[in-house]
Amino acid sequence: MTTQTLAPAAEAPPAVARARRTRRLLLLVALALVAISAVRIVTGATDLTSTGAISAALAAAVPIGLAGLGGLWSERAGVVNIGLEGMMILGTFGGAWGALTFGPWGGVVAGAVFGALGGLLHALATVTFNVDHIVSGVAITLLATGLARYLASFAFTDIGGGPTQSPVVPSLPKWSVPGLGWLAGIEQRGWFLVSDLAGIVRGALTELSALTVIAVILVPVSYLVLWRTAFGLRLRSCGENPKAAESLGVNVYRYKYYGVVISGALAGLGGAFLSIVAASIFREGQTAGRGYIGLATMIFGNWRPGGLASGALLFGYTDALQLRRGSESVHALLLFIAAVLAVIAVFQFRRGHRVVGIVSVALAAGALLWYFTTDQIPVEFVRAMPYVITLVVLALAAQRLRMPAADGQPYRKGEG
Amino acid sequence: MSRLDWRRWLPTTLAPFVAILIAAAISSIVLIGSGKDPWRAFSSMLEYAFGERTGPASMVDMLNRATTFYLSAVAVAIGFRMGLFNIGVEGQFRLAALLAGAFGAATFLDPVPGPIRIVLVIVVAMVVGAAWAGIAALLRVYRGVSEVISTIMLNFVGGSIFAFLLTEDYLGVKQPGSENVTTPILPADTWMPSFPFPNTNQRVFGFIVIAVLVGFGYWFLLGRTRFGFDLRASGMNPTAAVASGVDAKKMIIATMLISGAVAGLVGLPGLLGRDHAVTTSVAGFGFTGIAIALLGRNHPVGIAFAALLWAFLDRTRIILDLEQIPQETIVIMQSVTVLAVVVMGELAARFSRRQQQRSVGRATGETTVERPSVAVAGAGVENAREGS
Amino acid sequence: MSAGEDGSGPPGAATGRPPAVELRGITKRFPGVVANHDIFLTVQPGRIHAIVGENGAGKSTLMKILYGMLQPDEGQIFVDGSPVRFTSPQHAIRAGIGMVHQHFMLADNFTVAENVVLGAEKIAGIGAAAHQRIAEISRKYGLGVDPGRLMADLGVGDRQRVEILKVLYRGARIIILDEPTAVLVPQEVEELFTNLRGLTREGLTVLFISHKLDEVLEVADEITVIRRGTTVATVTPDAVTARDLATLMVGSELPSPEARESTVTDVPMLTVAGLTVTDSAGRHLIEDISFTIHKGEVLGIAGVEGNGQAELVEAIMGIRPATGAITLDGQSIAGWSTRRRREAGIGYIPEDRQRQGLLLDAPLWENRMLGHQTEPPNARGALLDIGGARRDTERLVAEYDVRTPSIDVPAGALSGGNQQKLIVGREMSHSPKLLVAAHPTRGVDVGAQASIWEAIRAARRAGMAVLLISADLDELIGLSDTLRVMYRGRIVAEADPATVTPEQLGLAMTGGTVSGEVAA
Repeated sequence: MTTQTLAPAAEAPPAVARARRTRRLLLLVALALVAISAVRIVTGATDLTSTGAISAALAAAVPIGLAGLGGLWSERAGVVNIGLEGMMILGTFGGAWGALTFGPWGGVVAGAVFGALGGLLHALATVTFNVDHIVSGVAITLLATGLARYLASFAFTDIGGGPTQSPVVPSLPKWSVPGLGWLAGIEQRGWFLVSDLAGIVRGALTELSALTVIAVILVPVSYLVLWRTAFGLRLRSCGENPKAAESLGVNVYRYKYYGVVISGALAGLGGAFLSIVAASIFREGQTAGRGYIGLATMIFGNWRPGGLASGALLFGYTDALQLRRGSESVHALLLFIAAVLAVIAVFQFRRGHRVVGIVSVALAAGALLWYFTTDQIPVEFVRAMPYVITLVVLALAAQRLRMPAADGQPYRKGEG
Repeated sequence: MSRLDWRRWLPTTLAPFVAILIAAAISSIVLIGSGKDPWRAFSSMLEYAFGERTGPASMVDMLNRATTFYLSAVAVAIGFRMGLFNIGVEGQFRLAALLAGAFGAATFLDPVPGPIRIVLVIVVAMVVGAAWAGIAALLRVYRGVSEVISTIMLNFVGGSIFAFLLTEDYLGVKQPGSENVTTPILPADTWMPSFPFPNTNQRVFGFIVIAVLVGFGYWFLLGRTRFGFDLRASGMNPTAAVASGVDAKKMIIATMLISGAVAGLVGLPGLLGRDHAVTTSVAGFGFTGIAIALLGRNHPVGIAFAALLWAFLDRTRIILDLEQIPQETIVIMQSVTVLAVVVMGELAARFSRRQQQRSVGRATGETTVERPSVAVAGAGVENAREGS
Repeated sequence: MSAGEDGSGPPGAATGRPPAVELRGITKRFPGVVANHDIFLTVQPGRIHAIVGENGAGKSTLMKILYGMLQPDEGQIFVDGSPVRFTSPQHAIRAGIGMVHQHFMLADNFTVAENVVLGAEKIAGIGAAAHQRIAEISRKYGLGVDPGRLMADLGVGDRQRVEILKVLYRGARIIILDEPTAVLVPQEVEELFTNLRGLTREGLTVLFISHKLDEVLEVADEITVIRRGTTVATVTPDAVTARDLATLMVGSELPSPEARESTVTDVPMLTVAGLTVTDSAGRHLIEDISFTIHKGEVLGIAGVEGNGQAELVEAIMGIRPATGAITLDGQSIAGWSTRRRREAGIGYIPEDRQRQGLLLDAPLWENRMLGHQTEPPNARGALLDIGGARRDTERLVAEYDVRTPSIDVPAGALSGGNQQKLIVGREMSHSPKLLVAAHPTRGVDVGAQASIWEAIRAARRAGMAVLLISADLDELIGLSDTLRVMYRGRIVAEADPATVTPEQLGLAMTGGTVSGEVAA
C-alpha cells in the first residue's frame, strides 16, 4: 500500500498542459532550425538541409518509424516486442517476393502479412504460453533470420538471386506536391534560414514514395484508433491494468493478440519499404538493427505516436546524413551537437542535477574539440552514428518517461 | 521424496529433448513438402559426423566449434540467471578478440615467454569484454536504459570501432600476397597447444580445457558461493533479494562485467588455436550463444550438450548440398528448436510446479487453501484460492 | 434479533416492494474447506445493509457469489423477487448488481472517464457524451468527480468514488462495497457515508461488508452477522451495541491480554529518533518518528494500512533511505546497508511473504538461506555450506512444524501458513537482537497463527526486542507490551495494551484524539 500523503496540489487541467507542451515544442523546433542553418553557413556543409538530404531523411525515417509504431501497438497492449527486427526481416522478404510475384503493391501487402505472421507467433508464445517477452522476441528474430534465408533460397535462386539476395524488385509510384519547383532556386541561393526552409519543404513534399505517404498517414491513424475508439481504449487498458480490464469484461487475451499481430504487420510494412523502396532488392541484413532503433524511438516518443514520429525523423536524419556525404555533414553536426549539449548542461545545472550537467559540459567540450582538430569523421564512425545517437537519447531521456503500467508483465486470466 | 524427486527435474530436463523432436518433425515436414527425403538427409548428416570416413575430422571440428559456442552461451546464461539480457556478446567478443590479438602480437612483448603471453592475451580479452559490457551496465543502473537495447546498439558501435581499428593505419597489417587486413600474426609460442585425435590429423583446440574450466567455474560460482546465491535470488525475485541484503545496483554491474568477461573469451579459441590473427570475417557467435543458452536451460551441463548439438548441425550443413537439400533447412531447424524449447520450458515449469503442489497437498493432508489478502505477484503460483 | 431463516424480513421491513436481494440456503465448498453454508440473507430495497464478520468468516466468498464471480453449490439467489443464476460478473451487472472492490481496479495512466467507460463503451461512447453522462451521475449522487482528471492524480477517497461511479454508470441498482473504509481517513469515511445515504435516497440499495463495528453501527440500517461461514443474526443498530456485535461475531468475549510477567528490561535495543522518509517529490512518507524498544519488549504499532508503516519498516531495514538516528544495541546503524543490518542481528518477517520473503521456485533449504546467506550455518566464508543449510532446514522444519514432505519442495508449493512458519523459524534461528515483524499472521490459518505467536513470545522471554506492525487488533493487544499508533506518517498516540479499548485504538488510528492517553 502506498502511503497517502497530503492531497496533491491542483494540477492544471490536461488541455492547458497539452497546449503549453505544444508551444514549447514548436519553440524548440524553431530554435533547432535556426541553429542548423547557422551551422550550415559557418561550416559550408550544404548537405545538412538540402532537398536530397531531407528527402533521404524522410525515407530513412519511414522504416524506423513503422517499426516504432509496431512497438507502440504491442507495448500499449502490454507486450514487449523485441522481435520487431525479426518481423521486419520477414517483411523485407515478403515485400521482395510479393513484388516480384504480384507487383509492387502485392509486395507491400505480402510484407505486412509476413510480419503479421511473425507477430502471431510472438503473441502465441507470450500471451498463450506466458513465455518471457524478451526471450520470445529474441527467439523470433533468430527464427526470422533463418527463415528469410531459407525462403529466399527457394524463391530467388532460379530467377537471378540467391539465399541472401533477390533480383531487382519493381518499384512503387512516387508522388509530389505540384508547383514547388521554384523552391529549388531559393535553395541554391544559400540564404540563412530561408534556403534551409526551402530545402526542407521541397525534400518533404516532392518525390515521395507512395509507401512513405501511407506510413505518414498511419501515425495519426494510430493515434485516432488507440485514443479515440472503444477498440483502442480496451487495447490500451490491457497494457495499463489488465486485471481491471478483465473485471470489466474485456477479453484481455484477444486484445493482446490484436496488438501484437498489428505490431508485426507494421514492422513487416517497414521491412517491405526497405526491400521495395529503399534498396529495390531484398538483401540479407538490410534491416541493420532498425527494428531496435524503432523501439528506441518509441521510448523517446514516450509511447505516443507524435513523439515517436519526431524521434523517427531525428534518427532518420542522422541515418540519411551518414549514407550521403557523411563525413562532411557529420563533422559539421559536431558543432550543432556541442551547442545542444551546452543548452542541456545549462538546464541541468538550473535544476540542480550537477553530475549530469558536468557530464553534458564535458561532452560538449569534447565535441567542440573534435570538430576543431579534425576535418572529417572516419567513415566507420559515421556509420555508427544512428546507434550512438540512440544510446545518447535513451541515456538522457530515459528517466522522465511514462510507459504503459503493465507493460511486459505476464498475465493469466483469473489470477488476482 | 528425495532430492532427485522426478517432479522437480524430469519435466524441465525433458523439455529440450521434446523441443528438438518437434523441430526435427517440422523440418522433416518441410523437407517432404519440397520433395526431399528427410531420412536420407538425417542419415547422411549422421554419417558425415560420425561415420568411418569423415567422422574423426568432423568430430574434431564439432568439438572446436562447440568450444566457442559454449563460452558464448555461458556468458549469456550468467546474465539470464540474474534476469539480465546480455545481447551484446557479439560486440564484446569482437572488440576483445581484436585488442587481445593485437596485444599478443605487439613487439614490446617480445621478451615475454609464450605461455605467459597466452595468459596475458586471455586477460586482455576478458578485461575488454567486461569493459564493453560495463557500459551497458552503467547505462542501466544510472540512467535506467534497458540493457536489451543498449547492448544491441553497442554491438553495432563495437562493430564500427572494430572496422575502424582493423585498418592499416591502426592495428591492422596486410598479409603478404593477399588483400586481407588482419592483426599481425601471433608468434608461434603464443599459439595455444592442441590435442591430437585418433584417425585424423585435425587437432582439438587446447582452449577446450579453458572452456571446461569456465563451465566448472560457472557452476561453482552460481551454485556454491554467496555471490552466486545473491545472483540467482536477484533473478528469481528482485524484491526479496533486496530485502535479503543484496545491493541491486552492484549486482547488475557485477553480473554484466562477469558476463562480458566470459564473452571476451569467445573469440580466443579461434584466435589462439587456428587463425593466430584477427580477421574481418563475419561471426554471429553472439546470437548463437543466446540460442544455446536457451536450449541448455542455462545449466552448465545442458549448455554443453546444446553446444555440441549446435556444432553438429553447423558441421553437417555442407553435406546437405550433396543431397541437393538447401542448407538453410538446418537454420530453420535451429531456430524452430529455440522457439520450441522456450515454449516447452515454460510449460514444463508450470507442470512441474503444479505436480509438486499436489504432492505437498497429498503428503501433508492439507490443501493450499488460505485466505490471502496478499496479492500473488507474478509468481504464477496456483494456490491462491479464496476461502473466506 | 432474528435469524431470518424462514425467509421473512427482519423487523422494520414492510415497504411493499420485494427484497432487493435475497439469499436462501447458500452453500459453497472448496477442497478441504466449507466457506459458506446455509446463508440466509434478506436485503430490503433502498436500505444500507451491513454484513459483518471476522477475517476468515466467509464474507468475501459470499460477495463473490452475489457478484457472479463464483457459483454456489447449493441455495438460491433472488434479485428483486425473481430467482437468478449468475455465470459471470457481466451477468450480475446486467441484473443491476455492481461491486466496488476493496482493492481498486483502476488504471493510473487513464483519465477518470476512460476508467469508467472501459467495457461499457456502448452506453454512451467514449467521448463527450460519456463525459457528460459521468458528470451528471456524479452531480446527482453528490460524488464530485471530474471525468477529465488523470487517475494518478486522485487520492484514495476520490478513487473509491470513481469505483462507485463505475457501477452507477452501468446502471447498478444494488451496490456492494467490500471493506470500503479500510483505507480511508475519518473525513473520507464521513464523505463516503454521506454518498451512501445519497444513493439510498435515490432508491438504490447498498450492501456493505466490514469488520469495523462502530462504523457499521453509524451508517447501516440493518446488520447481518456472519460467523464461521453462516449467518447467525440480523439486527438493527438501535437494538445493539458494539460489544453485542463483537460477541456475535466471535462467539465469545473479546480476548483480553493474558496476565503475564513482564519480560521488559530497561536495556534499550532499538532507538529511533527523528526518523523521516521522503519520496522523490519531497513529501514526507514518515515524519519525525521516535521510539525505543528495550530487550524483552514487544512494541506494537497500530494503524490503518497506508499510513507509513511499510516505509518505517523499510527504513529500519535499510531498504529505503531515511534521515534521522537509528541505534541498535548501542551502535548507530544509520547509513548501513541492509545486509550489514541483518548481519548485526535484525530479523525480518516481511509484510508480503511471497514478494519480499521467499523465492517461490527455489527449494525450502535455499529459502532457509535467504536473508542470511552470509552467515553460518548457510555459509562458510565466501562459499555456501549447502550441507549445513540442509541439515538446519530439517531441524527448522521439525521445530516449527512446517508441514512439508521434504525440504526439496519449492516454497511456492507450501500453504501460506507453512510458508510463514518457515520464515519465522528462519529468522529466529539466527537469534536476532531485534525482530521486525510486519503483519506476521496475515493470511495464515489459525493453527499456524498460534504457533507464530508462541514463537514470538518465546523469543521475547529470551530477551529479544520486537517491533510488531499489525492490522489485527487481537494480535497487537495480545502480544505487545506497549502500543503506538501511526497516522499519516507520524506517531499520534501511545497506549497500554492492558487498558486500552478497541474503540480508543480505532479512534486514534483514524485521526481522532483519545481522551486520557495521547502522545502527539
